[in-house]
Parts: sequence; structure tokens; C-alpha cells
Amino acid sequence: MIGNLEYSTLQQIWWILASVVGSLFLFLNFVQGGQTLLWQVAKDDIEKSLVINSLGTKWELTFTTLVLFGGALFAAFPKFYSTSFGGAYWVWILILFTFIVQAVSYEYRKKPNNLLGASVYEAFLFINGSVGILLIGAAVGTFFTGSNFTLNDYNQVAWTHPLMGVEAAFSLFNLSLGLFLVFNARVLGAMYLVNNIDFSGKAGFETRLRKACLMNLIYALPFLLYVLVSLLVMDGFGFDKNGVVSMVPHKYLQNLLAMPQVLGLLLVGLVLVVWGVFITGIKKSDKGIWFGGLGTVLVGLAVFFTAGFNNTPFYPSKVDLQSSLTIYNASSTHYTLTVMTYVALVIPLVLAYIAWVWKQMNAKKLTVDDVTGDKAY
Amino acid sequence: MNHIDLHMVDWARAQFALTAMYHWIFVPLTLGLSFLCAFFESIYVRTGNDEWKRIAKFWMTLFGINFAIGIATGIILEFEFGTNWSNYSWMVGDIFGAPLAVEGIVAFFLEATFFAVMFFGWNRVSKRFHLFSTWMVAIGSNLSALWILVANSWMQHPVGMVFNPNTARFEMKNFWEVLFSPVAISKFTHTTSSGFIVSALFIVMISSWYLLKKKHVEMAKKSIIVAAVFGLLACVYAGLTGDESAFVDARTQPMKLASYEGLYNGTSRADLVAFGILRQDKSPKDDRDPFLFNVRIPGLLSLLATRDRNGFVPGIKDLVYGNDQQKVVGVVTKMERGKAAVADLAAFKNARKAGDEKAAAEALQKFNVNKEYLGYGYFDKPEQSIPPVNLTFYSFHFMVIFGCLFTFYFLILLIIAYKDTLERNGWILRLGIGFFFIGMLAAQAGWIVAEVGRQPWVIQNYLPTWIGTTNIAAGNVQATFFMFLGVFTLLLLAEVKIMLKQIKIGPEEV
Repeated sequence: MIGNLEYSTLQQIWWILASVVGSLFLFLNFVQGGQTLLWQVAKDDIEKSLVINSLGTKWELTFTTLVLFGGALFAAFPKFYSTSFGGAYWVWILILFTFIVQAVSYEYRKKPNNLLGASVYEAFLFINGSVGILLIGAAVGTFFTGSNFTLNDYNQVAWTHPLMGVEAAFSLFNLSLGLFLVFNARVLGAMYLVNNIDFSGKAGFETRLRKACLMNLIYALPFLLYVLVSLLVMDGFGFDKNGVVSMVPHKYLQNLLAMPQVLGLLLVGLVLVVWGVFITGIKKSDKGIWFGGLGTVLVGLAVFFTAGFNNTPFYPSKVDLQSSLTIYNASSTHYTLTVMTYVALVIPLVLAYIAWVWKQMNAKKLTVDDVTGDKAY
Repeated sequence: MNHIDLHMVDWARAQFALTAMYHWIFVPLTLGLSFLCAFFESIYVRTGNDEWKRIAKFWMTLFGINFAIGIATGIILEFEFGTNWSNYSWMVGDIFGAPLAVEGIVAFFLEATFFAVMFFGWNRVSKRFHLFSTWMVAIGSNLSALWILVANSWMQHPVGMVFNPNTARFEMKNFWEVLFSPVAISKFTHTTSSGFIVSALFIVMISSWYLLKKKHVEMAKKSIIVAAVFGLLACVYAGLTGDESAFVDARTQPMKLASYEGLYNGTSRADLVAFGILRQDKSPKDDRDPFLFNVRIPGLLSLLATRDRNGFVPGIKDLVYGNDQQKVVGVVTKMERGKAAVADLAAFKNARKAGDEKAAAEALQKFNVNKEYLGYGYFDKPEQSIPPVNLTFYSFHFMVIFGCLFTFYFLILLIIAYKDTLERNGWILRLGIGFFFIGMLAAQAGWIVAEVGRQPWVIQNYLPTWIGTTNIAAGNVQATFFMFLGVFTLLLLAEVKIMLKQIKIGPEEV
């Protein structure tokens, strides 16, 4: 059944699937946002424990989503995997290091005899939430601004910039996207914590979190505006029906106009995030995370769709346009994409059990009593 | 593919060995302890006895400490194929990427989702749902092992694929062949069984220490019984699957088999070397005895490798130089054909680029005759096809000897525990403390046999290791090598200190 689909349809399906995984990762970055809020919103050990224990039941979901994002790109677009990881070497290595140190920090932070002390593990969490997310944003930014690589006849990558990927962070556009993601993660983190924590006797803590939600949206705005305006006015990469890549004026504006659904996703997404912040910061609701989360997913989808659809190379090379990667020249074979699409049929089931467990675990809010027991992080 | 930086290959290999071996300190414990925790909790739910809950929770605490660092050391492996082995990733990504993605979809989320319930759900979900979650973590962990081992097995025995000269890569033709390859089945079963053994030894070690210190005696005794039963079954299972692995190796990777058996001259009725000391200046060309000393079991190798006491098992010399009598095609011949394939592929590429379709078709036809030997075309001399014999041989024998010893150990331990005379047999408890570390080494040795024994191939017969690397200066890989060494060592020290402290604290009172 799936095997009868056109090759290009499968390639598009896989770009959509990769975009969904990437966008869900951006939503789940509420964990990283909460990590960078820790030192600001939690004024004593109990408040800190509330934050850590609340995020502690969710961090693995974010982490696993990142790993799946890597695995899915490897399987569906192996040329992207080999080009980007092998070429933009250092930016990926630095991102991975921030996730390596994150992975032990929840479990080890409060354990007696933990060698480094709680504050070092908290610093690890902060680095993961700030540097890690910033660099991920910068890497995603290169989908629009291009990278410095060439591919030879055997599709081997050669990176032409000595910083090997880290140069991405020195573009104002990429940097702005990165900073927007960092602040958006903090907005989401505040919303999630408001949703999950029982603030009985902790009114000041609640006020700080709600204020952080509002303030971080304000911090995020200039970066968001810069990214959006740039996207509308900048020249972009496009390819014609022979696959020849060239610079196209206002390419991304054209994409949004050519794909009004994507423009719709972007606008609805942004409105939802703002609405989530409004009801969290002003209306004292604890449901903001659902609007902010869904909004972030929609914005993420719009970003990935703009980068990869409408004859746009999603991983352009600015030093050799013809080395640019498109969803059509970077993908696996028809056969492999078919197999992977069958496997992807279980994704709804996976999402269902995650949602079910989430509901079970978050049915009762996290209380001070919960975090003072033996099993707390 | 002309500019190959050998220095870079060495560092990339060193880094893979470092990160994989660090990861493999923690994974065996995850594979086995997850099941052991599920057993303990199942007993608790069935009996309603709070003592078992206390036992389950104690081992879960240690499981959690180990699990966290297992995740930390694991993430890099998902991306290291891209960073250091980018050419490999491109050439086999069409096949190799799939199991990694499947692993993420079907296995990692099971672990990640239910781990949170296992640790934070005691007061949030029902008893049965909690037990279900613990089982899901165990199943998820072992499922993730399945998929990564399927990927690894494909490197040992590439099936279900063809080489596409247009894209210069290998492409998948049959997913089921990849998934159900005999190597995948024997590797999955054998590797998980080693994890079960190491985990059983872990519980025996800590329980033995408690018994020697006369602390938490009841918990320690109960734990030992469950662990010894599990360990004994796992040893039997490891023996059977290990036997199957060797049988599969004989058909798919005869050079690996010859290396870990120290067999230079092939023969019918080949003896199994139970133990031996290798001669260091042995060359495959000379006919000297490869051993300075050895203990042999007559005819057993032929029986194990071919299921026939009179079967012929080729040695290193036969595989390198060929053996006409036994119809073994040597590397010397394969190299000639491989060189032709490499040249024809380049001619095909050039003709295509020049737009000369006729010449391209001719070159392709010639290429197809020899394409099976493409990988051998990158060799300079036939002896390159021999893996490091010393390391493979000693690792293999270390693994097998202690694997057998552990079987008897668990059996005796079980008898003594059953008679409830553990405290009077201090020697078996002291052995239990040391055996955990030897078990860890044996598990690592198993991977050395598998991976060093595969050299010089990254994809057996098709892709030599040095062809697979990324085109970057060795200094980058060197730098990240030391970064990983530093961070992983620091985290390991933290983990061990935390673990020791938790063992000292012991189970909480209910």
C-alpha cells in the first residue's frame, strides 16, 4: 500500500515527520527553559526541589525526542546526517556535550557523596538550557542562511570554514533564532511549572513564575521580530525542475505566500503562544502550557516547512550552491522510506501512551510533601 | 577517496572504542537489573509482602543511578557515526539509519516514559500500573538493544542490500533479511544474556558484602536466590547462543573465527584450543606452530564450527592466500578483482560526468562482474585482511573461560543459598565480590572479539574501516577524544561514589 506511493510523496511525508519530531522537541524544551529559570524563580531549597522534581519526570522525553530526531534524519535523509554531523562538527559536539551533562544531573544533584556538589549539577542544567538551545537554534538557522560545505562525486563532505559549524552562531539571524528559542523555552518552562506545581503556602514562588512567563515573552520578542522580518526580506535558496540551485529574491516570503497553510500555521502558532502567556501571566490560569505548547509546535512546523518545501533546499550550501541538500537529493531510497513509513504507523500509539502516562502522573499536582520524601531528586 | 588520513582513522577508532566501552559499562546493568527489579516487584505484588517492596525499591535506586549515566554515555553514539564516520554514514545510511530510527520510535520512548513512573509513580499510580511500568522499562531497554544490535550485525554480515554505482552507496532491498539475519539473532540473544549475567553478579556482589558485614541479612539472602537463578539461566543461555554465534561466524566471518581460535593452517577435525599462549613472531606465511603452549580438545572446533567432527575449518593462511583443494578463495585473488571494480567504478563515474552513456554502460557492466569484491580493491597487501590476532584470541578465551566458571559459580551459590548456609561459606561470598568485576571485563572482552575481530572491515567484505571516516583533520577527533575521556571519567567517578554511598546506606525502612 505505502510502497505504491510516489517517491516524492514519501520524501515529503518524511520531511513532515521530521518536522513534527523537531517541533515536538521545541515544545518539550520547556524542560530546558525550566532549567534556566531555576536560579531565578526558586528562592530556597524546597522551591528548587519542586522545580527539579517537576521537570525530572519529563526531561527524558525531551532527550529521547532529540535522539529520535537524529535517528529519523539518519534513516530518511542520510545525506543530511553525514553532511551536517561530519561537517558542522563542533556545533553538534558542543550541543551533545550539554545533553551529556544534563542526563546525569537530575539523578545525581541531590544524592549524597555526588563528587561535584549540587550547584555544579545545577550549572550543568543551566548550560544545557542556555548554550545547548542557543546552538540548536543557530544550527536550525543555517537551514535559511546556508552553510559552508562542498560535496564531491562520492558525496563526501568538506567543510570550508575553520570553525566547523560554530560559525553558525556568529550570524545575526541564526543567533536571534537561537536566543528566541532560549527565551521561548523559558516561557514554556514557566507555564509548565505553573501547571504542575501545587503552590499552597508558596504564593511568592507562584508570582515569580507567572511574572517570568510574561517577562521572557517580552525578552523573546525583539529576536522573534528580527527573525520574522529577516525571513520576509532576505534572499533565499531555491531549485528549479532540474534540481539546479540558485539564489532567489524573497524566497521565504514567496514560500509563505505560495503555501498559505504554512503562513496560517505560523500566525495561529504565534497567537496561541501569546494567548498562553496572557492567561498564565495575567489571568492566573494554569492551562497556559497547552496553548503555548501547541503554538510552539505550529510555529516549528511553519519554520521547517518553509525551509524544506516549495522547491527549497533545506540544507543549503552558500559556498557551493549545487552541493545544497534538498529533501529529494538527500533522502533514502523509495524502499527504505516505505519501510520507515510502515514503522511510523506506530507513532500515534507511542504518542497515546505518552499522553496517558502524562495524565496519570500529573493528575495530582506536585506538593512540598512529594519533594521532601526519600524518592525525590 | 584518495586522501585518507590514517592518523584520523586511528583517532576515530580510538574514540569509538572509548565511547562504546564506557557506554558498555552501564548498559549490561540496565539490561539485566531492569528485569531483576521487575522480578522483585512482581513478587511483592503477588505476595503483598512489604519486605519485597523494600528489596525492589533498593535495587531500583541503584538501577536509576546507573541508568542516568547510561543515557549520558549513549547519546553520543547516536551521532558519532555522523561526526567521525560521515562517509560510512552516507555509504550505508540507507540501511544503517533505519534500525536507529526504529530504536528511537519503538524502544527509547518506552524506557523514557515508564522510567518516570517507575521512580516517581509509587504514590501516584496504582500498584499494578506501577508494576506494568517497571516491566515496560525492562522490555524497552532490551528492545533498544535489539535494534542497535541489528544495526551492528548488519556491519558484520551485510545482507538485504545492493550497491548503487550512481549514488555510490549501498541501498536496502529487503528489511526482513536485515532484521532476521542469523548474525542479528545470535548477537541479540548472546549480548543480552551477557547483560543478565553481569547484572546477576552485581546483585550477588552487593548482597555478599552485606552478608559478610552481617547487614540487611534477609534482603541479601532473598536477593541472592533470585539473582543466582537468573544468573544460572543466563549462563546456560549465553552458552547456547555463544555456540550459535561461533557457528554463524564460521559461515559469515571465517577470518574472525580463525583469529579468535588462533588457527593459522586450516584443517579437518580441527582442535579447539581451550587455552594457549601465542607465539609473538608468528607470520601467516611460515608453518611454525602459532602456540608456545596450549591445551587442545581434539576435533571440537570442527564440530562447533561446521556441526561435523570431520568438517574443514579454514585458517588465516588459507583465507589470505587461498586453498584450492578446499575451494577457499584467497584475499590475493579478491584484491585483484576488487582493484578492477574500483577502477571500473571510477571509469563509470567519469563517463557519466562526461555525458558518455555508452562508455558508462560498458564500465558498469565490467564493474558488476567484480562488485562483490569492491572492498578488497582498497587493500595494499593481502595481510591487511588479518585482524589483530593477539587481542581477539585472548579476549575470546577470557570471555569463554569465565563464562563457564560463572555457570558453576551460580550453581554452587544456589545450592548453598538453598541450604541457607551462605554465612558459613565466606569464600563464596568473597568470590562473589570479585566476580562482578571479572564479569564486566568478560562482557567488554566479548565486544572486543566482535569489533576488533571484524577489522579491517567496517562493513564486512565491502567497506574497509579507513574508507568510512569523515574528511576532517585528526586534531578535531583527538580533541573530542580527550573531551569525552575527561567528562565520562568525571561522571563515572561521581557515579561510583554515589553508588557506594547508597550501598552503604542500604535499603530504606518501610
